[in-house]
Amino acid sequence: MSDTNARIAEIVNTNDVVLFMKGTPLFPQCGFSSRAVAILEHLGVPYQGVDVLQDMEIRSGIKAYSDWPTIPQLYVKGEFVGGSDIMMEMYEAGELQDLMAQSGLTPTS
Amino acid sequence: MAMAGAEIIARIKAGLPDAEVTLTDLAGDDNHWAAHVVSAAFVGKPRVAQHKLVYAAIGADMGEALHALQLTTAVPN
Repeated sequence: MSDTNARIAEIVNTNDVVLFMKGTPLFPQCGFSSRAVAILEHLGVPYQGVDVLQDMEIRSGIKAYSDWPTIPQLYVKGEFVGGSDIMMEMYEAGELQDLMAQSGLTPTS
Repeated sequence: MAMAGAEIIARIKAGLPDAEVTLTDLAGDDNHWAAHVVSAAFVGKPRVAQHKLVYAAIGADMGEALHALQLTTAVPN
């Protein structure tokens, strides 16, 4: 368990934007993950996708790590931002764009 | 196993007694839900904390028996 926590901490602290998801960015395996990918693609920021279906330790560990029961989960600069519903609300309010800009994450063209 | 809509509403109201819950069956299959929850308990709390209150009310079935719940929260007008 602590090993899993250390692995998750390593992932979220060495990648600016991480999406824990079901499937891959190219082939999301769930509607919520698909929506989260679409938002990130729309923002145009680089991100690391982590497919929890390929790693059962991460799949259960991330829920405890974030104290959040569902997947997908977005991390920016090591901080938990929310799931796909919160991502959508923040995106529609312009807050996700602000967060990325404040974090020094500029879109790639 | 899925969780019935009435059970979802009952659990949210048990955890957040003042909550107004609007539940929508997204796929007509009694399994994919959208919930809009309005409660004074959300006042002054960030979105993540608001959602956690709802998840806590639903309990350990959240993300398990109930895996497809689209959630939005708001404070009363």
